Amino acid sequence: MNGPVATRTAYRDHLIRLMRTDPQVVCVDTDTGLFAGADFGPAAERYLNLGIAEQNAMGVAAGLAASGWRPYVNTMAAFAASRAVEAVKIDIAYNALPVCIVATHGGVAAGHLGPTHHALEDLAVMRALPNMTVLIPGDAAACVSLLEQVRDRSGPAYVRLGRKATRALPRTGGAPAVGELQDMRDGDDVVIVATGPLPTLRSLAAADVLRRRENTHAAVVQAHTLKPFDPAALLGRVCSARLVVTVEEHWRTGGLGSTVAEVLADACGPPLVRLGFPDRFAQSPATQEQLLDAAELTATGIAERIRRALRAGRRRTAV
Amino acid sequence: MTSTARPEAGEAAERPPEPAVVGQADLEALAHRIRHHIVDMCGAPEGGHLGGSMSAADILAVLYFSVLRVDPARPRHQDRDIFLLSKGHAAIALYATLAERGFLPVAELGGFGNRPGRLMGHPVTAVPGVDMPTGSLGHGLSLGIGFAMAARWAASRRRTFVLLGDGELQEGSCWEAVMAGAGHGVDNLVAIVDRNGLQLASGTEQVCPVEPLAGRWRGFGWEVREVDGHDHAALSDALAGTPWVPGSPSVVIAHTVKGRGLPFLAGKPAGHYVTLSAENRERAHRILDIGARRGGRA
Repeated sequence: MNGPVATRTAYRDHLIRLMRTDPQVVCVDTDTGLFAGADFGPAAERYLNLGIAEQNAMGVAAGLAASGWRPYVNTMAAFAASRAVEAVKIDIAYNALPVCIVATHGGVAAGHLGPTHHALEDLAVMRALPNMTVLIPGDAAACVSLLEQVRDRSGPAYVRLGRKATRALPRTGGAPAVGELQDMRDGDDVVIVATGPLPTLRSLAAADVLRRRENTHAAVVQAHTLKPFDPAALLGRVCSARLVVTVEEHWRTGGLGSTVAEVLADACGPPLVRLGFPDRFAQSPATQEQLLDAAELTATGIAERIRRALRAGRRRTAV
Repeated sequence: MTSTARPEAGEAAERPPEPAVVGQADLEALAHRIRHHIVDMCGAPEGGHLGGSMSAADILAVLYFSVLRVDPARPRHQDRDIFLLSKGHAAIALYATLAERGFLPVAELGGFGNRPGRLMGHPVTAVPGVDMPTGSLGHGLSLGIGFAMAARWAASRRRTFVLLGDGELQEGSCWEAVMAGAGHGVDNLVAIVDRNGLQLASGTEQVCPVEPLAGRWRGFGWEVREVDGHDHAALSDALAGTPWVPGSPSVVIAHTVKGRGLPFLAGKPAGHYVTLSAENRERAHRILDIGARRGGRA
């Protein structure tokens, strides 16, 4: 029970259930291999594999949604957020249509497949679009819970999923609620805001390292919803902290770090360290875990960045 | 029929919309009025896409006054036909047609492109009768497949018509949709190509050829008919009889003249986007009237 499960697997099982029970749901696929028509039994007619044509898939989904259906579009994050983004923007977001764009291989989940299949910009792109809800489920259970919550919403959602199985996150603070921050761990000194399965797991491990080695108490907050993002919820958690740190599987531009920076800049909040991927494309084949390691998004890497930032802060205070 | 429910909340289904019944002479008069409206809107401070609107005016007149099952009193009826102006830059032609058909007051056309009106330079859904905002090229046919598939699943008699520009076909996304439309047998979908031969800078064949156009569509699995895009009877016959072959989507390649009705701009790239001075606007109106008296030929 509760062994590692990929969020995309959880989504797959969930959508098969939805298709069989909700006659308004349709599955628009781009030959991802995630589904076959037979998976849906009597609902197989509403499984539409449009082939390797993501722009077309977004437009078709918009037409379906405008006619009252509830499409789920499957593709990879790289193709949803880059190749097809204009169709997402104009056909779906502009019309505020209830299309659920489900993007697997978020971040560097494609690993050795390389930068063509990495999506380190998708959160920046999607959260820039009006009407869009942006979700990054932290584990399989959260994936199902968040999908269920956006099932009947009136506008579009972008759901970033992974590829390989990841461990379940600790069940702290109850089930995730769309638009809220989820407290994963308490701490008074530092607040780590993380998004995505591996960044959240590694941030929890970094908090352990900080407590053990530095006697620094780091809270860990999971931002499974990047849009809408509640500024008051963030400020309420960080107002008395010495440091805020964001951790994400995304370029440091435009994603969670930028979202938090915008809130803190408006409110003159505590100093912020934004951890993510450096501003370059991956140079050599590596697994998702190795790529995160190389970006120093490890328990010790995150802890070390926090230790250095706190020391620098103390020096500034002393001056 | 599928086991699925009809999800769209529509208005009373008991009397679905029917096409308007208008004689050929009235169609000519309507197309003529649409062209006058286009000229007026190009006289607005920001001007308008005159050439591609004039080339599409007869196609729109025929669609809205003899083909489309729409009802201005029930613009969102679930069994209405869908029309998508994929070449959204011809918005002024669409607004003029919708106004003549009763979807909005004709007087509102005078507010084109200006606050506080709702007539933006590309179609917006705030305008009654506009089902989807368009303007970025290469989107309409994919949307059309969605509307058409939705109708199939709902066992609706709805047909979906998409008007594309010929230059628009340079957008690769069009061909994703062309492929999908045929591959999925979407026979309640009709594409119309406004084949006026010109795009912004010059001829389509000089910029990036789209010929052999009919052969390309046929090769992708569509049923193709070529008509004179200014011949109302020919357009009406072709459009009203779709699908010509059950199981296949239909495309009408409508051969048109960009800037039709205004010889000083017709067939010239300069007519693509025009801001008419008051003097030129009046001149254009006079030329349109002279042309109409001579039989409508530019």
